[in-house]
Amino acid sequence: MLKNRIFKRIFTNKTSLAGFILVSFFAGIALLAPLLAPAQNKNNPYQLPQKSYQIAPQPPSAQNWFGTTEQQYDLYYGVVWGTRLAFKVGVTVTFFAFLIGLFVGGTAAYFGGKVDETLMRLTDVVFAVPSLVLAMVIAAMLGPDIKNMMIALTAVAWPSYARLVRGDILSVKQRGYVTAARTLGARGPRILLRHILPNSIYPSVVVASLDIGYVVLTAASLSFLGLGAQPGTADWGQLIAMARNWVLGTAQNPFAYWYTVAAPGGAIFLFVLGWNLLGDAFRDILDPRQA
Amino acid sequence: MLRYILRRLLLLPLVILGVTFLLFFLTQRLSPEMRASLYVKDPRQMGSLEEVIRKYGLRDNVFKQYGRWLSNVAHGDLGYSPSANMPVARAIKEYLPATIQLAFVTILLVVFFGVWFGSSSAVHKDKWQDIAARMFSVGGFSLPIFVLGLLLLMIFYGKLGWFAPGGYSFHTDMVIHGGAFKTYTGFLLVDALLNGNMRVFGDVLSHLVLPAVTLCIGSFALMVRVMRSSMLEELNKDYVRTARAKGLPETAVVYKHAGKNAIIPVITLASIQFIRLLGGTVIVETIFDYPGIGRFGVLAAQQLDIAGILGFSLMVAVLFVIGNLLSDILYTAVDPRIRLD
Repeated sequence: MLKNRIFKRIFTNKTSLAGFILVSFFAGIALLAPLLAPAQNKNNPYQLPQKSYQIAPQPPSAQNWFGTTEQQYDLYYGVVWGTRLAFKVGVTVTFFAFLIGLFVGGTAAYFGGKVDETLMRLTDVVFAVPSLVLAMVIAAMLGPDIKNMMIALTAVAWPSYARLVRGDILSVKQRGYVTAARTLGARGPRILLRHILPNSIYPSVVVASLDIGYVVLTAASLSFLGLGAQPGTADWGQLIAMARNWVLGTAQNPFAYWYTVAAPGGAIFLFVLGWNLLGDAFRDILDPRQA
Repeated sequence: MLRYILRRLLLLPLVILGVTFLLFFLTQRLSPEMRASLYVKDPRQMGSLEEVIRKYGLRDNVFKQYGRWLSNVAHGDLGYSPSANMPVARAIKEYLPATIQLAFVTILLVVFFGVWFGSSSAVHKDKWQDIAARMFSVGGFSLPIFVLGLLLLMIFYGKLGWFAPGGYSFHTDMVIHGGAFKTYTGFLLVDALLNGNMRVFGDVLSHLVLPAVTLCIGSFALMVRVMRSSMLEELNKDYVRTARAKGLPETAVVYKHAGKNAIIPVITLASIQFIRLLGGTVIVETIFDYPGIGRFGVLAAQQLDIAGILGFSLMVAVLFVIGNLLSDILYTAVDPRIRLD
């Protein structure tokens, strides 16, 4: 029923359809990355191939469709494998953050009282600093690489899911069928796992999965600041960080190196746009009052 | 209401202690030698780190060390920041006004253009103005600020040469540190006016344009959305129909009647966004090399300057928590239907 409504809404509205197409397009690229741009280094396909040892970027050509950036890293390869890395980071971070949020929020809602109070104050602590700033600080102290960046992003993302899940569980807890199950003699864990969770997490799962765009944007910001993926990695934020040295072009032609920003910048813009358009559609469905 | 505020005020130190302890705990992953820099006030001391480690007990357990850090903070000593090459407390005092100034100019832009686009979007619902404003806002919301910042830098600095990165020009730097220029508030724009130096004022303002435009793009989208829906709601109310029935011209109906009421949520949103911007300036300040607190934080993080990182996080947390509380209170003041408890 909800599923039908979602599909109907997505395919009847032009903007959400555009979002759906964009996200599917990127998902396709991510899945087909090994075919679209055969890995140069089989052990680490996210390692960008270097075309030569020249320093200045080279414009798009027949060999390098999107041109090359600083130190001749191939932009086409970077954008394609960057898409795969974006999905990998987005999905992993959202999945683990949601899992932690589910556990903490579920525990808080189920036990209530002091446990609830303590856990919710813990989420306050994480909320006390803007998420990008906190992620930046954590990533810096763990040491900048992709794995630590994901840990930092997970560490700042879980509290919002914990609050979401807690709120949903608290509202479902009051429903008649939970009382009915309890009267029939069902015990705590069974009620929680069989009756409350399946009925309360569905909206949270949707909200969480739509955060993938936001997670990828934050990840790119960290890489841009030099606190995530390291130089030479097929990562959009990292490619844009490298473009930073070339934005002023040459004296004769200020836009000489436009492609160093255009390729990774365009990819991340369309990716985030797709998720945002899709997210708007879902929010309208889940909360019809705001439509 | 009073109880809510009191409760939040009591929780405030707890939350800030939590954040700083969390980060302090993370610093323990680093070697005592690296952490020793937290207590070094003079770069010359760097040669005898073992002495510093022993003196400050950097191999003690976390809680003992944290307690010591806290008592230093209570005495106004946040340690020495090698990345800024000055004590952290002085760095914050020097850089924070520039960031507040930037956030303030940004929020003015956000409110001005947000109200303009939002209301015209509502008045011309489903016409081209509406579609353009909505597309512009969803597009702006999705454009990462570091991409926009680089594009603006490419066009307005590289190509046109209108605006330069940095906080002020070389000439202004000479004037400010020349001795004749008096510092009253630390906010350069205000100080320039108080000194009656319009050249400095103009220069500082021109350096604010690009970072402010870049920074406003994310909040702008939200502002358009809020203004649009609020205006649409007001336009459907009875008093608007009455005004129209009286024969008032459409502009008076829209701007004098509906507009005044529609702007209330915009004001509250602006106050919240102002706080968010204070934290979100890290990227913009880095791109434009703007000498604010965000750039200080990024440099500290990049160079693993622990005293800088801890001081920066402490300051952001304090600002953010107080700011959030204030905007919660403001919400209830503007909209009596909202109750805090």
